Amino acid sequence: MDMLIGYSLYAISLLTVGGIYAILALGLNIQWGYAGLFNVGIAGFAAIGAYTFALMTTAPSSYHFGGLDLPLPLAIFCAMILSGLVAFFIGLICIRLRSDYLAISTIGIAEIIKLFLKNETELTNGPRGINKIPRVWEHLTEERFYTKSPMSWFNDAQGWEQFFDSLPIWWWQPFFCATILLIVYVIYKLLETAQRSPWGRMMTAIRENENAAHAAGKDVTRRRIEAFVIGAMVMGLAGAVLSQHLRLIDPTNTFDPSKMTFLVWVMLIAGGSGNNRGAIFGAFLVWTIWSASEIFINSGLHIFGEMISSMDISLLKTRAGYLRMVVIGLLLQYILQKYPDGIMPESRPVPSGIKL
Amino acid sequence: MWETFGFEFVNFYLIPGLVLGCIYALGAIGITLTFSILRFANFAHGEVMMIGGYFTWTAMVLSNDLFGIPLHPIIAAIPAVMLAIALFILVDRYFYKPFRSAPAIRVVMASFGMMLVIRSFVQAVWGPNQLTFVPGIAKPNELVKNLTASVDMMILVPNKHFWIIAGTIVIMLALSWLLTKTKIGKGMRAVSDSPELAKVSGIDVEVIVKATWCVGGFCAVAAGVFLAMDLQMLETTMGFRMLLPMFAAAILGGIGRPFGAVVGGLVIGLAEELSVYPWLGDGSLISPGYKTGVAFTIMVIMLVVRPSGLFKGRLF
Amino acid sequence: MSKLTALEITNLHAGYGETEILKGINISVEPSQTVAIIGPNGAGKSTVIKSVLGLLNVISGSISMNGVDIVGIAPDKAVRQGISYVPQTHNVFPNLSVTENLEMGAWTRKYGIAERIDEMFDLFPDLKTKRNKIAGSLSGGQRQMVAMAKALMVEAKIMLLDEPTAGLSPKFQAQIFKTVKKINENGIPILLVEQNAKQALEIADKGYVLVDGANKVEGTGQDLINDRNVARMFLGSKD
Repeated sequence: MDMLIGYSLYAISLLTVGGIYAILALGLNIQWGYAGLFNVGIAGFAAIGAYTFALMTTAPSSYHFGGLDLPLPLAIFCAMILSGLVAFFIGLICIRLRSDYLAISTIGIAEIIKLFLKNETELTNGPRGINKIPRVWEHLTEERFYTKSPMSWFNDAQGWEQFFDSLPIWWWQPFFCATILLIVYVIYKLLETAQRSPWGRMMTAIRENENAAHAAGKDVTRRRIEAFVIGAMVMGLAGAVLSQHLRLIDPTNTFDPSKMTFLVWVMLIAGGSGNNRGAIFGAFLVWTIWSASEIFINSGLHIFGEMISSMDISLLKTRAGYLRMVVIGLLLQYILQKYPDGIMPESRPVPSGIKL
Repeated sequence: MWETFGFEFVNFYLIPGLVLGCIYALGAIGITLTFSILRFANFAHGEVMMIGGYFTWTAMVLSNDLFGIPLHPIIAAIPAVMLAIALFILVDRYFYKPFRSAPAIRVVMASFGMMLVIRSFVQAVWGPNQLTFVPGIAKPNELVKNLTASVDMMILVPNKHFWIIAGTIVIMLALSWLLTKTKIGKGMRAVSDSPELAKVSGIDVEVIVKATWCVGGFCAVAAGVFLAMDLQMLETTMGFRMLLPMFAAAILGGIGRPFGAVVGGLVIGLAEELSVYPWLGDGSLISPGYKTGVAFTIMVIMLVVRPSGLFKGRLF
Repeated sequence: MSKLTALEITNLHAGYGETEILKGINISVEPSQTVAIIGPNGAGKSTVIKSVLGLLNVISGSISMNGVDIVGIAPDKAVRQGISYVPQTHNVFPNLSVTENLEMGAWTRKYGIAERIDEMFDLFPDLKTKRNKIAGSLSGGQRQMVAMAKALMVEAKIMLLDEPTAGLSPKFQAQIFKTVKKINENGIPILLVEQNAKQALEIADKGYVLVDGANKVEGTGQDLINDRNVARMFLGSKD
């Protein structure tokens, strides 16, 4: 029984993090799949969302600005808005230039965001990061939530304490996971609708033949900025959810610009850019491979370490982690070359002679 | 005047700025050449710079341990240059070349992937921690110190800075000779001007591409080794940290303008160091933590005001 | 040897990707001839030249140069084979000096480059004083001369010119046609695509009128000038 719970919880955590990456991949799909915009600053937009959420929802703290102790949905909304605003600013500058410049600028903005988070210690507690970020569902067990309305309407503090004590310690995990999956589903539905709307068809037209779309009187730059901003808002949302999952965020490790950005790209490309279902599938697939390979390598190293007792496994473990990165990187190269359209290619028929 | 203003300004801001500028300049040369000749922003460039530093370190350690001969970093950089060029050419052959006729963004993506592959590889092989490149404290050159002190303008320059500045000047001259006097160099400029015309003029573009990787690899390793000499240590993230300033320098100078990239590199290096000089009152102009943001700011301003760069480079 | 046709295009179908632009073209250039291709916009005139160079997809048909099949040849190989090509636009390296442009034209040439450059300056005396100027700083007509000189740096077996006078002033147009004639008199067969139909036909030994990717009329230059249909279609409406 315990083992079953253990496995289920592992599966739930896979789905949870996979779901968060799926949100990121969907956001990227709006930018890349719909509009052909190359964003390598995903971690930066996620960080904006995460920090906005964290600062707005944590309990007041002497280490950083706030926390403002505001309702969670409001914080998520603000996270999206702020992320979108930053994207709008970058979009205004770079979208009319070729994709390379946008790539350079987005990687730059991710760096600037990191610098800001690191240096504005008054606001963000600098490199030490923000702790005790409320996690949806689990946050109900915190005193500051159950003593306040609306929870206080139903039960008093003691009653709530007893109630939560009666639940297994992991009770919130399935709920948290389900919430994330619900968010993924809602975004997916919205994006599917958008893609089939005149707006979505225009995006496709622009991506496939910019000049023709331009000649047809479409405001190409404006549409692209729209896609860029909407994608960044979704990434901001993902950041907000990620900060809940982690509960502790810091500028350098959590939002390692290259690792997070890179994983999301692998997910979207592997799943099939332009296809929302592909993006979601790619996210879960790659996250499972990524996470399972860690367990696999570590247990392998353990067996290895037991055979050779003098071996320092911890050193090998970090090294093996980097090798894993090398392998994933080469996997991306392989997919890029052999399956440029991913596992689930965009379903819409593409006229021949046009390469995307 | 010198004591109150000049001494500090020159020794602690201007000279370090120049040194940093030289390093950026060398890196930016490779970026601007690949951008204009192969038509894409190579995100893996900083990592080749970094791995060049690690190769050099390894050559120094091997020579010392096996033969008891301590090598100067510049000597040890010779095999490192060859390895880095080989790496560039291999990466090009297997990861970039398949995308030659595909939309440029595919190869940018591939280079973004290679950036991580190379860095992770270095972290797996050499470990993620800092390595000491040259031990000890760099003392200022005595001769220069005494000479300048005798005219009441004491300048403190460690030898490593002389190496870096002199090395950059030599490489610059060699590059200028290559690009204006040799067939392959002129061919590189031709392909940079127009790859299509180059092809129908009978120029073997793939040969030019290889030459570009050679020049880019050489300059990248030089930049990496100079950076390691300056910092006296190696870090796996140093290539990535250089990437943004190098892109900024290349854009500032104008894509496809190697000497523009040099000017751009010097401007960015100086701007970064001088931005923390206390221009107004006591505190530094901007918080030192934001120093690396200077390059980005300059780049963004450039992209808004004049995306083709100071020297009217190509705009894609 | 000289019996072989310099360039023989038979039943050529070609286009971009799968879009067929040329639908069965026949053109032949005899040694020492100047052949002009004229026709309305979109008739596929430039496409013919690009097919010869291997710049686009040949679907079927044959192209041979001096009896050797060259279908699908890579552009740089085509130049090595002695095809001298002047594109319509972007035909010089703007940031290279005039001399450097000529040197780039001689990329495949092993020896005699300096002599050939001198010959080119004799052929295009205007360029001589500009030899160290950056090509991008020259006037349109001068750039066209650089482009032609650059293309002639190879040991040319045939020269392909894609609208060499487009966008030039009448003075330069006349000069370019005169030079084309001179090049031809030096023994290089020329295939010329032109909008300025009348002037092109005047110097051409033979002319082809292409319409909608197919041969419409052919004949000697003078015949075509005198042809009423051709005259109505192209020569009268010329600006």
